[in-house]
Amino acid sequence: MNPLPAEEYVHKCTTACAGCTSSLSLRYILKAAGPDTVLVVPACCTAVLQGVYPATAMNVNVYNIAFAAAAATASGMAAAFRRSGRSTNVICYAGDGGTVDIGIQALSGALERGTDFLYICYDNEAYGNTGMQRSGATPIGAVTTTTPGGKTDEKKDIDRIVAAHNIPYMATACAAYPQDLYAKVKKALSIPGPKFIHLLSPCPPGWRYSSERSVEVGKLAVKTGLWVLYERERGELRINPASKAAMKRPAPVEEYLKVQGRFKGISDEAKGMLVAAMERHHRRLLAEEAGTC
Amino acid sequence: MLTIATGNKAVAAAAREARPGVVAAYPITPQTEIVEQLATYVAEGSLDADYIPVESEHSAMAACIGASAAGARTFTATSSHGLLYMHEMLHWAAGARTPVVMANVNRALGPGWNTWAEHTDAFSQRDTGWLQVFVATVQEAYDVTLMAFRIAEDERVLLPVMVNLDGFSLSHITQSLETVEVGDFIPPFRLPHAIDIAHPRGYGTLTPPDIYFRFRWDMERSMRASREVIAETEAEFARRFGRRYGPTEDYRCEDADVVVVALGTLGKEAEVAVDILRNEGVKAGSMRLRWFRPFPALDLAGREVVVIDRDYSFGFGGVITHSIRSTTGVEPYSVIAGLGGQEVTYDDIAQFVRQREAGKEFWFGVSD
Repeated sequence: MNPLPAEEYVHKCTTACAGCTSSLSLRYILKAAGPDTVLVVPACCTAVLQGVYPATAMNVNVYNIAFAAAAATASGMAAAFRRSGRSTNVICYAGDGGTVDIGIQALSGALERGTDFLYICYDNEAYGNTGMQRSGATPIGAVTTTTPGGKTDEKKDIDRIVAAHNIPYMATACAAYPQDLYAKVKKALSIPGPKFIHLLSPCPPGWRYSSERSVEVGKLAVKTGLWVLYERERGELRINPASKAAMKRPAPVEEYLKVQGRFKGISDEAKGMLVAAMERHHRRLLAEEAGTC
Repeated sequence: MLTIATGNKAVAAAAREARPGVVAAYPITPQTEIVEQLATYVAEGSLDADYIPVESEHSAMAACIGASAAGARTFTATSSHGLLYMHEMLHWAAGARTPVVMANVNRALGPGWNTWAEHTDAFSQRDTGWLQVFVATVQEAYDVTLMAFRIAEDERVLLPVMVNLDGFSLSHITQSLETVEVGDFIPPFRLPHAIDIAHPRGYGTLTPPDIYFRFRWDMERSMRASREVIAETEAEFARRFGRRYGPTEDYRCEDADVVVVALGTLGKEAEVAVDILRNEGVKAGSMRLRWFRPFPALDLAGREVVVIDRDYSFGFGGVITHSIRSTTGVEPYSVIAGLGGQEVTYDDIAQFVRQREAGKEFWFGVSD
């Protein structure tokens, strides 16, 4: 393990839930980014866990903005910084609802325009801040407060949508693999232009498991192959070793599902679709990495 | 320099003269010419700005807010549905105290599709915390766009300013225009609360009720202070460039028994109607309302008033009619005219005055 910088940019006074992985991840993200950074935060859990005015738990500038507006705000901010000769990192830190649903238009626009920024979607697969309603990123079969019988639609594949913008760098990450996340943020910020990291963020109250199991749940997501860690740098895909191993010898999907209350009572049909989507995803990634698609 | 220009080109020329660092904009009729012109200025190098071709008006305003917070002067332009689409961000720009300047080319709202002049778009943004000014000539569109930057960025104000001009009847008509070299009339952009890496802050964090309430009061204090800043700016503009403006443009009002109040091009048209009525022996005057927010104190005591509203608040009445009734106590004859670009001539306006009945509402072309 490489030692991470000792500097802390997230103080120990956030109002995050116990076991919250989005705030844990932010700690590593900001260690990678350093102090010359502005976080642009739309409506999401991070908007409320950073503290109550005039206090803030963050030791970098945080610019809070309306739900649909993060990426566009970053566009303006990055333009203003660059034209005045400043290389300040502009990082959007947005939840899945603010990314795959209400913020997708602004995200697409900023990616297409070549905005020099890093967009990180921390994905807890529902609208967590408002009490776990379904989002486009909720997986099939998961119970949320607006899908009490389990979601009947598949998770929106935001990564393929982002990939279609042909940006110089995109990656997936998982809160249970902080070294990997740290390295990906470092690399992303070394590349000019738009970058995107999709970060799976297990959520104890939303996913209905006890708060000490966040890392275990994150690791299970990867070990079962339901979440694949990879990077796509200038069009070249590289599946990370942890996921390579998992794709060869996956843990049973049930191990991931059974520790989460949200999948309690998932139908065989939904489970079958979840597995089928995973297998399709694996086939596509392996073919892309092998250069056969 | 003396030239000719459309209202849109005049706005673009003034925006260039103000040297914005970031222009973020989205096309919409009848505003498009403004942003096309600015994109051309940037491409040809006569404006050193980043032109951000955003994918929506919501993003246009968001990008302006982000750029302003990062220390850049910003400008955008929109109209009608575009203005409504950015409504959420208009509130945000004012609350974040980002002094964005925007031209809004007034246009009706669908359905049905209608690209002609109406003021309902701007009035729908009444409570966003933006200063709003309405212009009536190409020259005024130019002059006021310049002044808007100085007013918005004054530390006593730090609120965004919307410059309104009528769709087609001003945006697309050609008149003479005298451009100026603005010099230090607009000081360099300086936002006291701009993002400072050495001093990290949380902008727009969760704010408890008592502090939130104080922020709202601060906005109103600035809105009130803007009256003085507007007056100073208009006086300084007159001193430097010779053209004088005020909260209203009054025409033959001194001895008038009846005063026509209107905004934008209809307010200018009313001056011709006043001359016609004077020839008939009616002591008429016109008062073209220029500033809508902050709403000016109008001296209408002891006169009959005819208000022409190119807008309507359904279930309530004309917005200007009610604003005047509530601020002056006079009971106007309320004429609703020109919606969706309806043709209203000076002869029509003269007739409104002849048929006036205090307290009544008349829909031109519809009422019996």
